[in-house]
Amino acid sequence: MASAYHDLTLAQARELLDQGEVTSRELTQAMLERIEAVDGQVRAYLTVTPELALDMAEAADELLAQGQGGPLTGIPGGIKDVLCTQGVTTTCGSKILENFVPPYDAFLVKQLKEAGMVLLGKHNMDEFAMGSSTENSGFFTTRNPWDLDAIPGGSSGGSAASVAAGTCYFAVGTDTGGSIRQPASHCGVVGFKPTYGRVSRFGLVAFASSLDQAGPFTRTVADAAAVLQVIAGHDPSDSTSAPRKVPDYTAALNQGVQGLKLGVPQEFFATGIEPEVEAAVNKAIAELATQGAEIIEISLPHTEYALPVYYIIAPAEASSNLARYDGVKYGLSLRAENADLMDMYLTTRSQGFGDEVIRRIMLGTYALSAGYYEAYYGKAGQVRTLIKQDFLDAFNQVDAIVGPVAPTPAFDIGQRVDDPLQMYMSDICTLSTNLAGLPGMSLPCGFSGGRPVGLQIIAPHFAEETMLAIGHAYQQATDFHWQRPEI
Amino acid sequence: MKITAQEVAHVAALARLELDPEMTEKLTGQLNEILDAMDKLNELDTSSVPSTNHALELTGAMRPDRVSGGMDHDQALANAPDSDGQSLVVPKVI
Repeated sequence: MASAYHDLTLAQARELLDQGEVTSRELTQAMLERIEAVDGQVRAYLTVTPELALDMAEAADELLAQGQGGPLTGIPGGIKDVLCTQGVTTTCGSKILENFVPPYDAFLVKQLKEAGMVLLGKHNMDEFAMGSSTENSGFFTTRNPWDLDAIPGGSSGGSAASVAAGTCYFAVGTDTGGSIRQPASHCGVVGFKPTYGRVSRFGLVAFASSLDQAGPFTRTVADAAAVLQVIAGHDPSDSTSAPRKVPDYTAALNQGVQGLKLGVPQEFFATGIEPEVEAAVNKAIAELATQGAEIIEISLPHTEYALPVYYIIAPAEASSNLARYDGVKYGLSLRAENADLMDMYLTTRSQGFGDEVIRRIMLGTYALSAGYYEAYYGKAGQVRTLIKQDFLDAFNQVDAIVGPVAPTPAFDIGQRVDDPLQMYMSDICTLSTNLAGLPGMSLPCGFSGGRPVGLQIIAPHFAEETMLAIGHAYQQATDFHWQRPEI
Repeated sequence: MKITAQEVAHVAALARLELDPEMTEKLTGQLNEILDAMDKLNELDTSSVPSTNHALELTGAMRPDRVSGGMDHDQALANAPDSDGQSLVVPKVI
């Protein structure tokens, strides 16, 4: 094979390992060298774990030599730093957890390890997954491998940038309002957010519990199916985990789009969308029509309310979830001499959290406080019902929904830092999916000003197979997923 | 104006945050801007709409209590800022 190891897809790496043409140790060493070579520019990793990775690779090689192993045996991947990894620092991109070493693995990390993955390290993110650019990371900003002046998207920006830069074969991130799909779109990779409850949240450090969901980043839709296969499933430790059978996702890939009805929501094109983004998305939809899908214009009339609903519900849940960072049990603890308990709470939290996290805790606390609860949290919950009903109505007519992921390609680093509302607009086409608990995917479909553009596919609850079939059919006919940034 | 600097200081106290005057002023401006954008929701009559707190109606998550393996003291206290080996140690409360 002519191309370098870091240019391969997960499936290609799998094939080389299975044929004995490369060992996991060699592959892992090559990826560690790739990280050494380019991560100084991209800065996708908060922590790299070379010794652990090589140990895991050697264990994988022993299994492979005996003809054993799982779907990910020997495959190097990375994990967003919001997912607990036993014995490996997990910061959530926050100074308040700078030295936190989890005593256990997240359920999905355990699943990945059982499937044989090699852990290369932990990916950078906006602090506590609050942001759309990684600029809110308490440590540093990740850069977009396609254009180092651009943000990679967020909050799972490190994961998306790492897959794009070829510093892992797959990554697992989380999506609360678009945090998998928007960075995938900006970095030209596949980002897959499953149905709420499909993947366990146990060990996923909570931001907004009714919205958070983990999912894979890969170069191809087929690779996303392979990783989803491993992390999907019921976990008795997560009471919101769905007790449903996990279908064969790889088998769903070749179903094709012939006869599928695809809805195009006009509202997704109304929100200041850039012409080149619109053109790329429309061209992708036309390709699906060529392959036999029926394209139907639909309406999701409450789309414009998703932003205010989200920015009440998510901060409200966050203000409650983040109460646990108090300097008592773990994490930063600032205790001045003669200070009492309250002083410790105040100092630790005020100095440990960054500006965006403080802003959202304040917003959430206000929205839940006496006298304002009904007007904000109560109202938002009711409008959330209307947003969900829009989708249920649409899915009476269509099998899936297609449209843009974000109205613009990646913006420049620094461009929106001082304007929270403008920053929040990045997620305008993705927020409603989380509010309704639906699965959504981004896959590369073109460029705008040299920066990648993503196509979004949204399906009914637990219809991940439909999304995979559509995405795979599209990638069989196009080559955006084979293009690599010059880095 | 939806929220005054004084209310911002009150909310900060509820959230166990200590804001300096500069941060209080900046947040007052930003929170007002964000809360103004939230007014959009009042365009909708939701008087007969039930609330959604979870997108999926899952039932049957309850099970009888049972004893299972947990963390020992060393593991549970490994990340503690201060402990005596058995318990977490905190500054005086009163």
